[in-house]
Amino acid sequence: MLTVRGVHTFYGNIEALRGVDLDVAAGEIVSLIGANGAGKSTLLMTICGNPRAARGTISFEGEDITHEETYRIVRRGIAQAPEGRRIFPHMTVIENLQLGALVAPEEHFEDDLRRVFELFPRLRERQTQRGGTLSGGEQQMLAIGRALMSRPRLLLLDEPSLGLAPLVVRQIYDVVREINEQQHVTIFLVEQNAFNALRLAHRGYVMVTGRITMTGTGRELLTNREVRAAYLEGGQPTVRVGG
Amino acid sequence: MSARAGSPDFPGILRDSGLVALVALFLAFPLVGFHTIDQGGGAGMGIETRFPWVVVAVAAAFVGRFLQLALLRTHAPVAVERSLSRLGEVFQRNTVWIAAAAITFAIVLPMLPFADRRLVDLATLVLTYVMLGWGLNIVVGLAGLLDLGYVAFYAVGAYSFALFALHFDFTFWMALPIAGLFAAAFGVLLGFPVLRLRGDYLAIVTLGFGEIIRIILLNWYPVTRGPNGISDIPRPSFFGLEFTRRPAEGEVAFHEFFGLEYSGLHRIVFLYYLILALALITNLFTLRIRRLPIGRAWEALREDEIACRTLGINPTNTKLSAFAIGAMFGGFAGSFFAARQGFVSPESFTFVESALILAVVVLGGMGSQVGVVIAAIILVGLPEWFRDLQEYRMLVFGGAMVAIMVWRPRGLIAHRDPTVRLGVPQRPEPSA
Ligand SMILES: Nc1ncnc2c1ncn2[C@@H]1O[C@H](COP(=O)(O)OP(=O)(O)OP(=O)(O)O)[C@@H](O)[C@H]1O
Ligand SMILES: [Mg+2]
Repeated sequence: MLTVRGVHTFYGNIEALRGVDLDVAAGEIVSLIGANGAGKSTLLMTICGNPRAARGTISFEGEDITHEETYRIVRRGIAQAPEGRRIFPHMTVIENLQLGALVAPEEHFEDDLRRVFELFPRLRERQTQRGGTLSGGEQQMLAIGRALMSRPRLLLLDEPSLGLAPLVVRQIYDVVREINEQQHVTIFLVEQNAFNALRLAHRGYVMVTGRITMTGTGRELLTNREVRAAYLEGGQPTVRVGG
Repeated sequence: MSARAGSPDFPGILRDSGLVALVALFLAFPLVGFHTIDQGGGAGMGIETRFPWVVVAVAAAFVGRFLQLALLRTHAPVAVERSLSRLGEVFQRNTVWIAAAAITFAIVLPMLPFADRRLVDLATLVLTYVMLGWGLNIVVGLAGLLDLGYVAFYAVGAYSFALFALHFDFTFWMALPIAGLFAAAFGVLLGFPVLRLRGDYLAIVTLGFGEIIRIILLNWYPVTRGPNGISDIPRPSFFGLEFTRRPAEGEVAFHEFFGLEYSGLHRIVFLYYLILALALITNLFTLRIRRLPIGRAWEALREDEIACRTLGINPTNTKLSAFAIGAMFGGFAGSFFAARQGFVSPESFTFVESALILAVVVLGGMGSQVGVVIAAIILVGLPEWFRDLQEYRMLVFGGAMVAIMVWRPRGLIAHRDPTVRLGVPQRPEPSA
């Protein structure tokens, strides 16, 4: 469904992605883990064309989207709950959700809204509250809900568990699985929280300083000694994985 | 009761007041201390010194600051602030009623016994700025694009009507849509180069744009007649009925048609209702478009452009449409201005106008429709009403600005109305 081939992305002179190859098949949950600054968020943003890949190709459902405008890429059916959530703080929950639905056909709005509220009953209770006054967990729910309102086929999630209590993290992960299994949305997830992310995922990738160094099924990576040392047991990610 | 109610810290207050007095000295010395006078008899300009006034200004600043710190700090502001914000809340809760009352008042205003020519004229002026404020509000308040050159579109609208009337004998009603269209086109023209700019940079370019338009009007003599301006612009008619004592051959005047005594007031009142209608259209349009996808996209763009992109919003079109539609209303207001004055010249479209319109929007509370009305009354109505007080009215203007900034730093009505009150209606459960 999503194919990334040899992608390089620069911020000025900084080469944040140094040739990334990665595939996401329809129906999968794929997790990408890596240390701070590895380039995970950059990859998600590059998929959406902001910033643009300097080299390499990205294609979605067989079509090259490397040079497409961000808003066009999104209209193809890729939604993102970006790093830092980026909900609209002065707008109410319902307005945030409406903005998510801008690219979706209007007749689905009511159904989609109901579905999002079923996934996140908290949002229903707080629909007239301003986004900026929601708690961190609620904001994350809103970011995911807003992304879902555009009826994506591929959902990109950037660190959905960031700063959340373990219980809320579990809740969000349950919802992610539900979205994948019941609504058949393909999910590409970026996480620091490697344990949860790999347990949830069908497949995983490990990124180190702009390169993919390892890949395998979620279980394989979870039991891999190097991954455990670097990302699961509080070890330093200086261990050269994959090398 | 509270710790702050204890005796104030006098040395600190004295130091602070002294500092304020020093600033006042620096400002007052050149501004108040010297005064240019016409010496008459061809002797040219001379300079007169007014140092006693400098002393007065410095002393006033010192005493004022001292009193503010010694008295107000400890008691008043909290109370004032609280009552102001409570007032704001009352406002928000009753917006619909207040708006209805205000519109009713605006409609009956010319019929009230005390409504003389001066008052109706003033109300027309205020409404012009309300309309301009609402138009600019689309750009600044909704889309969050700081535009310091809004007067350019006002000018384009005014000159469109003036020129079409001059060369093609267009009436006001024929020219109105054209003026709006031209202004919108200029909005897009401005929009293109500034698509990538935000905040300060955007403000500077828009400011330059406003000046460019004015300078073109000033110097493109063959078309715009430069500083002389264009006069004899036809007055708007009431469905073809002219407001003249003696209409031209084969035409019927307003007073003849309705069997009234001719009165100069008819036209004044008609112009008043005309701008009221135009302003209300602007307002209704804004209220409506905020609920449409494009209006939502504007507001979202103001809050977070990157998030907008990842939601599939095309920022280029969104910004251009905000510029175009905001400019269009500026153009409508401009052609009204030309029709009312019967004369346009570049002098009416200086940066000060842009600044005033922006002040109406910002001080009214960005994005607040009611705030714009209140701010227009305070910033345009009051100074005009107290014109007799000459320059002191500018003192009032400055004082009002400072007061608003101190007590309502986010604008008079700093509150964004949600476009949806309750999306999925939540009916209260009937208690069994
Ligand atoms: N806008 C930017 N300008 C310059 N450098 C940037 C920018 N955004 C990211 N970088 C740099 O690119 C590298 C990758 O950043 P990225 O945000 O992709 O990391 P990440 O893997 O998401 O990290 P984290 O887990 O901390 O979110 C970092 O070194 C970062 O400093
Ligand atoms: Mg990141």
